Amino acid sequence: MTKLIFEKHGKGKNKFRVPDFGVKDNDVIPDKFKNSSVDLPDVNEVDVVRHYTNLSSLNFGVDRAMYPLGSCTMKHNPRINEKISSLMQFSALHPMCGDTLSQGALQVIHELSVYLSAITGMSAFSLAPAAGSHGELTGVMIIKKYFEEIGEKRDKIIIPDSAHGTNPASVAMCGFKILEAPSNQEGDVDLDKLSGMIDGSVAAMMLTSPNTLGLFDRNILKISEMLHANGSVFYADGANLNAVIGTARMKDMGFDIMHINLHKTFSTPHGGGGPGSGPVGVVEKFVKYLPVPFVREEGGKYALDYNRPDSIGRVHSFYGNFLVALKSYAYIRTLGPEGIRDISRISVLNANYLRSRLMKEFNLPINRTCMHEFVLNDKDIPNHVTTNDLAKRLLDYGYHAPTVYFPLLIPGAMMIEPTETEGKDSLDEFVDAMIKIKKEASDNPEIILGAPHTTPVRRVDAVAAARNPILKWQE
Amino acid sequence: MSYISITEDEIKIMLGEIGVDSIDDLFADIPKSIRPDKKPDLPSPLSEQELSFHIGNLAEKNRIHTSFIGAGSYNHYIPAAVDHLSSRSEFFTAYTPYQPEVSQGTLAVIFEFQTMICKLTGMDVANASMYDGATSVAESVLMSIRANKKNKVLISRTVHPHYRDVLKTYCWASGIGYLEADFSDGSSPSDDLKKKLDNDVSAVVVQNPNFFGVIEDIDEIASLTHGNNSNLIVTVNEPVSLGLLKNPGNSGADIVCGDAQAFGNPMGFGGPILGFISAKKEFLRMMPGRLTGKTTDLDGKTCYVLTLQTREQHIRRERATSNICSNQALCALRSVIYLSIVGPRLRELADLNHRMASYLKARLSEKGFTPVFERPFFNEIVMRHKTADKLDHWLKDLGYIPGLYLGGHYKELKDCVLFCATEMTSKSDIDNFIKHI
Amino acid sequence: MSLIPDDLKYTKDHEWVRMETDLIACCGITDHAQEMLTDIVFVELPEINAEVKSGEQIAVVESVKAVSDVFSPVSGRILEINKTLEDSPELVNTSPYGEGWICKIEIKNPREMNDLMDASAYNSHVEAGD
Repeated sequence: MTKLIFEKHGKGKNKFRVPDFGVKDNDVIPDKFKNSSVDLPDVNEVDVVRHYTNLSSLNFGVDRAMYPLGSCTMKHNPRINEKISSLMQFSALHPMCGDTLSQGALQVIHELSVYLSAITGMSAFSLAPAAGSHGELTGVMIIKKYFEEIGEKRDKIIIPDSAHGTNPASVAMCGFKILEAPSNQEGDVDLDKLSGMIDGSVAAMMLTSPNTLGLFDRNILKISEMLHANGSVFYADGANLNAVIGTARMKDMGFDIMHINLHKTFSTPHGGGGPGSGPVGVVEKFVKYLPVPFVREEGGKYALDYNRPDSIGRVHSFYGNFLVALKSYAYIRTLGPEGIRDISRISVLNANYLRSRLMKEFNLPINRTCMHEFVLNDKDIPNHVTTNDLAKRLLDYGYHAPTVYFPLLIPGAMMIEPTETEGKDSLDEFVDAMIKIKKEASDNPEIILGAPHTTPVRRVDAVAAARNPILKWQE
Repeated sequence: MSYISITEDEIKIMLGEIGVDSIDDLFADIPKSIRPDKKPDLPSPLSEQELSFHIGNLAEKNRIHTSFIGAGSYNHYIPAAVDHLSSRSEFFTAYTPYQPEVSQGTLAVIFEFQTMICKLTGMDVANASMYDGATSVAESVLMSIRANKKNKVLISRTVHPHYRDVLKTYCWASGIGYLEADFSDGSSPSDDLKKKLDNDVSAVVVQNPNFFGVIEDIDEIASLTHGNNSNLIVTVNEPVSLGLLKNPGNSGADIVCGDAQAFGNPMGFGGPILGFISAKKEFLRMMPGRLTGKTTDLDGKTCYVLTLQTREQHIRRERATSNICSNQALCALRSVIYLSIVGPRLRELADLNHRMASYLKARLSEKGFTPVFERPFFNEIVMRHKTADKLDHWLKDLGYIPGLYLGGHYKELKDCVLFCATEMTSKSDIDNFIKHI
Repeated sequence: MSLIPDDLKYTKDHEWVRMETDLIACCGITDHAQEMLTDIVFVELPEINAEVKSGEQIAVVESVKAVSDVFSPVSGRILEINKTLEDSPELVNTSPYGEGWICKIEIKNPREMNDLMDASAYNSHVEAGD
């Protein structure tokens, strides 16, 4: 393991130079407010460049190979978008410089939200949320505000058992109670049980569409009808938008509010965990509740509108992760209508091709045509090789692992999402690797149980880390 | 243009393997009635060359002027190595480090980030980052409420108005009492604050240096707050100040949060920026967001892994400490590289920032501007002048952003402007600016 | 096959109770529960003197990937907690019925003990996969 930057410290190594403008201090800060020194590593640029170059080589990214991490949509990150977002007129733009100096940026925000509306059918979008779960939180705030405004006391939100953890967590932050809707054997929401839950206390239902099993709920229109008849709001977690983009619109499925993960569907890089961007979109009757400020266009001029008395308020220091939004804007302009539709068509084709080939070797708990991803599990793998073992062995074969042990309702789940940017060769090579591992499981299980072998570090002791948390470097 | 490599011939083979006739058949679970033949109403596709040209035109519609505005977004020099190293695709095309064996680069960087934040703030633990400064304040308040089970927050009006707005939104949603305390001569300890500090107050929130650039007396506020058994949350929005100022932990803060955009991240029209949260160790299990811990692998080699994940939404669901999942990891990487390059010389940089602001203040004074608060300041200063609300209009046409007019944010500061100077506003920038006033 | 001592009482949520005196009950989680959770990394203990009702959450047991609530098998007052678990949570794995005990409760209503399962009833409960 490479040392940390602190371990390269040596007094006097740093030769960084601060400009000298020959300006004196007329307003000396009293000593009681000052520190005596700054405790940061004393290293030279040479050390820094080598250190982070070496650290980078320990990482696996999309640029290496297929990254079939289900529900994360790890597609190719186009390079032109990186270049564009570093243009000085965008990157050096101060967020409070005023509308007249930021017309280009405001136009990007406005036009991107118009494009997202065209794709989903929603009436308007706010790009303020900085990530998917931030978008969810904003959406649930809108639901809360709406029922406050119409004077109805509704304190529950229905969430299916297959939902991402962010759904219940966002709902809880807004003071709602959670009702868990069970899925049936075929992976759809159990309609009978759902109908038993819907009453006057239900503010909304949140549904990931397609769901986290990679399946499109065949009763979606029925569910939306049941909710709307009850005066409840239908919220779409857009994490899996990749499966339907350009093919079907969330509005037409009956959803009233949704969020999008630009870092999934719209190709912006995940950056090792962020930044993302989680625009929230609404149908007409909720537009007035969107966060401030809202970008408005009038006669080709763009302005930040704060005069929105019904808004839930502000949710971000400024306007969200603008430079991320800019990359997605560029992506949509590159692809155009046909290209956008091809995302769903090819991502669903790729997933079904993998599903068809892999189900011959592995257990497929729910055997249906899938959307952009599907879930296998570790039932019937020889010699008690588990999902975790298989995931670790995949690392040896040069792949990232699928999402494992999620969704929770499938024991030993492996959620595989290839995305549309994998070619057929790449899919076939992945299948070959999976088949080889299956064979190893019966012939030579030790090699799997001890995997990974070729990675920068071997299996990591997460138990020790949690029992005795060491969260910072100390001499 | 597109990034799909699958060919028509391959599609035929793949459909054969799946056992369907067409791609449309794969969508049979979506009711036909909501699957129109129509493609989305979007502009026609562009070549990469056309896209570059189009975006270049949009970029030209923005104007980058010599700026004297700070107010939560700071223009600092970014060493070339920061852009270069953070552009390595091994870093930026990776996802959250769920498979530690192939994510040691990201994990080690987060561990370094946690360490650097703790060193600078004087706290025991720091997380892997938050969305931005404003939500870091909101999440700090939620953490304080989890810790002492009181249900009200008292925030000083010297905290950034946007941060207070965001906190207000979160408090409304979570059913938390929200109160603002007035300031006295531009700083937080005020009679109003003392009056409102009652038994129900979970936390007092102040910013340092505050929104007016004034250096707060954190020791004094800490003793007031602790005397009331409340937690003190200090938000640092201009972290370069930590190169010069006593760290909030040493002055008695319980939670230190804020925005570290200033460390190597461009302003980017307000995002992505870099929220952070750090706290005393008793808050460890209530922290929101990801944490990286040190451990060993099967061979006993030192390595890093995401830890204490049972706090987080993917395990604890509705009882998680926060709903946050994606954070601002790549911005944290940039800040770690920045702080490694600048290193202990952050002190000289902070000192230069202060001197430039002091110089700007002196030059503005020559033009009849008067400082509003008689307080020590860092790199921002509030100045009063009868033309305050017109400066923006006059100077933007001459290529300057003169500072932030405060009348829109504080009714008592109608004739005041908040000016900022950093190492990016050179002496000649300031001299030329003053000529136009 | 997990261990189910004959002399203890059990709840459906996999807590066990041992009567130390007529009014003091020692409790913890069963061998089956610790096996399901895998390596325990943290135990959140109740507060001494807290009044608890049977079925109310009193503690939390965490592994790396899971969290499980511990419910009070009886009503009463928390008399003692096993502070050793703060530094050695693994005792719940290695000795669930011994050094891995969680707390002692002064029982308010001894008749509640009759509502708990004996070893054979608990054994059937575990085998039924609940």
